[in-house]
Amino acid sequence: METTITVKKTFPHGVHPPEAKEETHHLKIRRFPFAPVMILPLSQHTGKPSKAMVREGQEVARGQKIAEADGFVSVALHAPASGIIKRIALAPNPVGRMTPSIYLQPFPASSQEVLEGTPIDPDTASPDEIVKAIQDAGIVGLGGAAFPTHVKLKIPEGKFVDTLIINGVECEPYLTTDHRVMLEQKDDIFMGIRYLMKVTGAQRTIIGIEANKLDAAQELSAAIPAGMPVSVEVFKVKYPQGAEKMLIKALLDREVPSGGLPVDVHTVVVNVATAAEIGRLLPHGRGIMERVITITGPGVAKKGNYWIPIGTPVRYVLEQAGAKDNISLVFLGGPMMGQAVSNLDFPFTKGTSGLVVFTEAETNSKPQKIYPCIHCAYCVDACPMFLNPSQMGILAKKERYEEMAEQYNLFDCFECGACSYVCPSHIPLVQYFRVAKGILREKKAAS
Amino acid sequence: MAVILTAVAALGGITVILAALLILANKKLYVQEDPRIDIVEEMLPHANCGACGFPGCRPFAEALVGGQALPGKCTVSSEEGRVQIAHFLGVDVGAQEKVVARLACAGGINVARNRARYEGLKTCRAAAVVAGGGKGCFWGCLGLADCEVVCDFDAIHMNQFSLPVVDEEKCTACGDCVEVCPKGLFSLHPASHRLWVACKNLEAGDEILEDCEVACTACGRCAADAPGMIKMANNLPVIDYSKNHKTQAPIQRCPTGAILWIEKDGTIVKGRESKKVLRKSTLPDLPT
Repeated sequence: METTITVKKTFPHGVHPPEAKEETHHLKIRRFPFAPVMILPLSQHTGKPSKAMVREGQEVARGQKIAEADGFVSVALHAPASGIIKRIALAPNPVGRMTPSIYLQPFPASSQEVLEGTPIDPDTASPDEIVKAIQDAGIVGLGGAAFPTHVKLKIPEGKFVDTLIINGVECEPYLTTDHRVMLEQKDDIFMGIRYLMKVTGAQRTIIGIEANKLDAAQELSAAIPAGMPVSVEVFKVKYPQGAEKMLIKALLDREVPSGGLPVDVHTVVVNVATAAEIGRLLPHGRGIMERVITITGPGVAKKGNYWIPIGTPVRYVLEQAGAKDNISLVFLGGPMMGQAVSNLDFPFTKGTSGLVVFTEAETNSKPQKIYPCIHCAYCVDACPMFLNPSQMGILAKKERYEEMAEQYNLFDCFECGACSYVCPSHIPLVQYFRVAKGILREKKAAS
Repeated sequence: MAVILTAVAALGGITVILAALLILANKKLYVQEDPRIDIVEEMLPHANCGACGFPGCRPFAEALVGGQALPGKCTVSSEEGRVQIAHFLGVDVGAQEKVVARLACAGGINVARNRARYEGLKTCRAAAVVAGGGKGCFWGCLGLADCEVVCDFDAIHMNQFSLPVVDEEKCTACGDCVEVCPKGLFSLHPASHRLWVACKNLEAGDEILEDCEVACTACGRCAADAPGMIKMANNLPVIDYSKNHKTQAPIQRCPTGAILWIEKDGTIVKGRESKKVLRKSTLPDLPT
């Protein structure tokens, strides 16, 4: 069945970085070997760290719960492989701190059978049971923010949701994980949507996809199960189309109020990989043990999309992917919103969607000189949140952080990096804003 | 002509009336303020640093005159200055122990490695938000001199190894460096405390030595040599300064020199068995 697809919708402002997706978007998802030692930080998500349930020396089965949620804004953690807990100690975490982590050594030559849990049926389970099951499965936003999914599915009293949005935009350059998931896990995605619609009470679901993934859009709309109120919408290619506020604006022309959440405009946005994972895990009562990532960039030989066990260290991934000798810059996530790593012992966490590797040839050997702001307003035109990055940058340089928050809505910035990307003076605006937010949060916590 | 005269007369009249009102208000609403407050404020250093715990020099002067504080609280004044104020007010100086800022890190670039090259804004705060900065040790000094910039008293200088050194003479314990350091390495301590743990690394074991040659490995020898005075907590020695701490005994067997002795002139004494680092050059990056 051929479906006609019209591309029209988008949001105002934004930028067009080179996509660089053509090297991996056609490559099927392959499995990745188990690392000799896996590092599982207890805080891989936004919110309170999980509580370890195992002790050093204990043998665990693949899929066994090894840490439980500590409070509502927290999730469980499962063993990505059958093995032995070597120790529970501090380990480097991509957030730049040493955090308590579980070191797991997989058994060599084990059959690595997955421990099954209690299945959850989307038709008979109550919404609260599904929310609990999603928390127990350790599911967080796989798009990169790693916010516990069950928290946004718990609709507050007095609010309602009419539309569920599945985010398959993947606007970040280089990454093709959501693209492959949409092509290869269609049944899981629709299963996930069944759970999500039941929980949120939404009457319809829209899957949002960017125009550079027309094959995925076509296959998904052809595969919609009969009677399911799901539609597929295609957007123009623009960064950051995948940010949930941009997506809601483009799809429904609703604007999330400053400081508000999507539920304030009667919608919930869930990443397509997260939906697929819910649909894959909940019918078996399993927990999240692995995720799809894109390994790409000029610095690696074996580019592709891989199922990578959570906790695999970056160093091991680089070895297996055939990293060249002269690599100089490694990103966890994409180059726009991802994080340059400072230590190759960082593990892959649930929120990491890719590994982009550059060699010395592509990176500047000399640090980029920062010039003064010339008030060209390129950043103002680029900012999808209609903020004034130019003025905020000037204020940040003078450490006038309160003014930034009160008069320029600093906290509406979600650090997409569009302003830094277009700045002809190479001002690291996002870094300034992150520093400002950090200091303001500290001051608030102190008072 | 008549118009001008009317205008001048009207405005002149209003001026006289308002002047009379102001004179009356000045007499009626005059607030009696202790004249000593102005004098004491003049005697204070006008640094408005807040080290005394008051918002600035004027509120501190008010507190001094009101008897809620003693001149000793002002760590910026010279000894004579404090005595002068005490003499003027007829109160005790309030012997205040000299407090200084101390850095709990000894990892200069000659002993501590960078794991990554950091580019971007040249402040410690900014480096700390990018994956914790490039330093191998996650707790260590980033060496981008936020503390040197924030110090109002010219008491902090970066040494040749990109490590801040506090000039204890000039330090007034205002606490600005304590606040600004993103790794929380500074704290205020009485200058009489000579025994000092110059490390914040919470890991145990020798693995950290790959990143920093002078890190504490939590071997616990100092605690064994000074039972009661030093306890190990969170893989770091904690010195109980209420006990007799005027002894160099605990530093002698420290293998890395993480626990050390600071002489009055700022010279650092390391233990007999601590390794001697003579290197002056930057440590090379680790091979990836």
